[in-house]
Amino acid sequence: MKFKALTAAAALIVAMPVMSLADPDDDQLVINGDLEITTKAAAPAHMEETGIDTIMSGWHFRSDETQALEMDDFDNPGMIFVDKAIDTWNAVEGSAGKSCASCHDDPSSMKGVRAVYPKWNEEAGEVRTIAAQVNDCRKTRMGAETWKYDGDDMAAMEALITLQSRGMPVNVAIDGPVQAVWEQGKDLYYTRTGQLDLSCASCHEQNYGNMIRADHLSQGQINAFPTYRLKNAKLNTVHARFKGCVRDTRAETYKPGSSEFVALELYVASRGNGLSVEGPSVRN
Amino acid sequence: MKLTSVTLAAALIGSAAFAAEVGPKEVKFNDDSAIEMSLTGVAGDAANGAVIMATRSKGNCVACHQITALSAPFQGNVGPSLDGASDRWSAGELRGLVVNAKMMFEGSVMPAFYRVDGFTRPGDGYTGKAGTEPLPPILTAQEIEDVVAFLTTLKDE
Ligand code: HEC
Ligand code: HEC
Repeated sequence: MKFKALTAAAALIVAMPVMSLADPDDDQLVINGDLEITTKAAAPAHMEETGIDTIMSGWHFRSDETQALEMDDFDNPGMIFVDKAIDTWNAVEGSAGKSCASCHDDPSSMKGVRAVYPKWNEEAGEVRTIAAQVNDCRKTRMGAETWKYDGDDMAAMEALITLQSRGMPVNVAIDGPVQAVWEQGKDLYYTRTGQLDLSCASCHEQNYGNMIRADHLSQGQINAFPTYRLKNAKLNTVHARFKGCVRDTRAETYKPGSSEFVALELYVASRGNGLSVEGPSVRN
Repeated sequence: MKLTSVTLAAALIGSAAFAAEVGPKEVKFNDDSAIEMSLTGVAGDAANGAVIMATRSKGNCVACHQITALSAPFQGNVGPSLDGASDRWSAGELRGLVVNAKMMFEGSVMPAFYRVDGFTRPGDGYTGKAGTEPLPPILTAQEIEDVVAFLTTLKDE
């Protein structure tokens, strides 16, 4: 046994040079030449037992070409959806004859929102994501159809709302009334699922910086969502990404908008406390 | 020495007309986390093993391991390089590692390639839909033997 452990360790050392090639880079993300984004920060206190001392945006794990697309809004394909969402923001829809603008004026009124969601909604007595809040407004205040939780309309509106907080530090609450949900999210993060028997932590905590086939594993942070992916040429929501990652463990996924994914979103968001709100971002 | 006798034994079993396959729930690990007996009694085909290891829908071992002898692009480094693996492990140990690496390395992220139940939220392949246990194993018994045959060729010299 001891002998085996030693040989495995030796094998790991041999693999080291490859590893350093794949490490996250030290580039600095500045958007449009003036907005400095905090893409590395000291890990929040609740992550003490994870062994991670520096939290990092997924931006550091992408190629220079992909990184560059996020440094100028004219090159960022995600911005097209922001423009669309501005039209939606002002469009009257539903039986109440209202638009988002009727209640919230200009989208800039949403400054700071992205940074603190998911958060506790006292009236509803539940943890709300931005998507859940948007759908609640559409249903109860506008009398309009709700959007598909991870659909294109929702992703675009999330991009517009997120943009208002870009550069602000993520700062979701993890205690008080949300604590039980946060704990549930933490359990899910460490639960190994599917026939491959992998958890979020297997890839994004134990192996970030390593290559899994052609993919450079990041910490799986969500400070930069929604994200435009070159792979599917659209904006992707947090829950759509979670679903894809769970599916890749050969597991039965949870549904976007499910209580499980809301809890997981709260927990993963809290692992990014201190990074800047970065979305809409660009990834491969 | 030990290797030769194992392959010899496998060859002898293979020549028996009705080689019974060892099912995923019948595999027996010894105290060294090894499986000494072939799962099929049919000698593994190393060339096919190499293909399985590089094929995404099969072993996809290169997702996590670097193997110089395989020309597959984008070999990962979640696990150690497998170069020289057979200098470090016997054929039985290699079989045990592929069947269920968690027997050797507790808590390993390496998936068990011949395990069919006991999963959390088992899925139907990569569809994201629920699957019903027992699931088909990721690799068949003979595919495991083929992979083991290829692994035993990995020597540092
Ligand atoms: C089998 C490995 C694997 C597992 C398990 C896994 N992921 Fe991922 N994940 C990836 C890969 C590969 C990527 C794309 C590269 C990257 O950004 O890490 C990714 C990307 C992500 C991203 C996008 C990061 C960004 O900056 O764009 C998030 C968020 C994420 N994963 C969260 C999760 C969560 C939450 C779980 C558990 C429910 C999970 N992942 C499980 C492999 C995995
Ligand atoms: C998701 C990642 C992953 C996949 C896929 C994977 N492995 Fe592994 N493997 C590992 C890790 C990690 C280790 C090191 C043991 C540990 O620390 O858990 C390992 C260890 C091994 C070892 C012992 C390594 C040595 O030289 O000491 C062998 C042999 C091996 N794997 C073979 C395979 C084969 C063959 C396949 C495909 C059929 C495969 N692995 C697929 C992650 C993986």
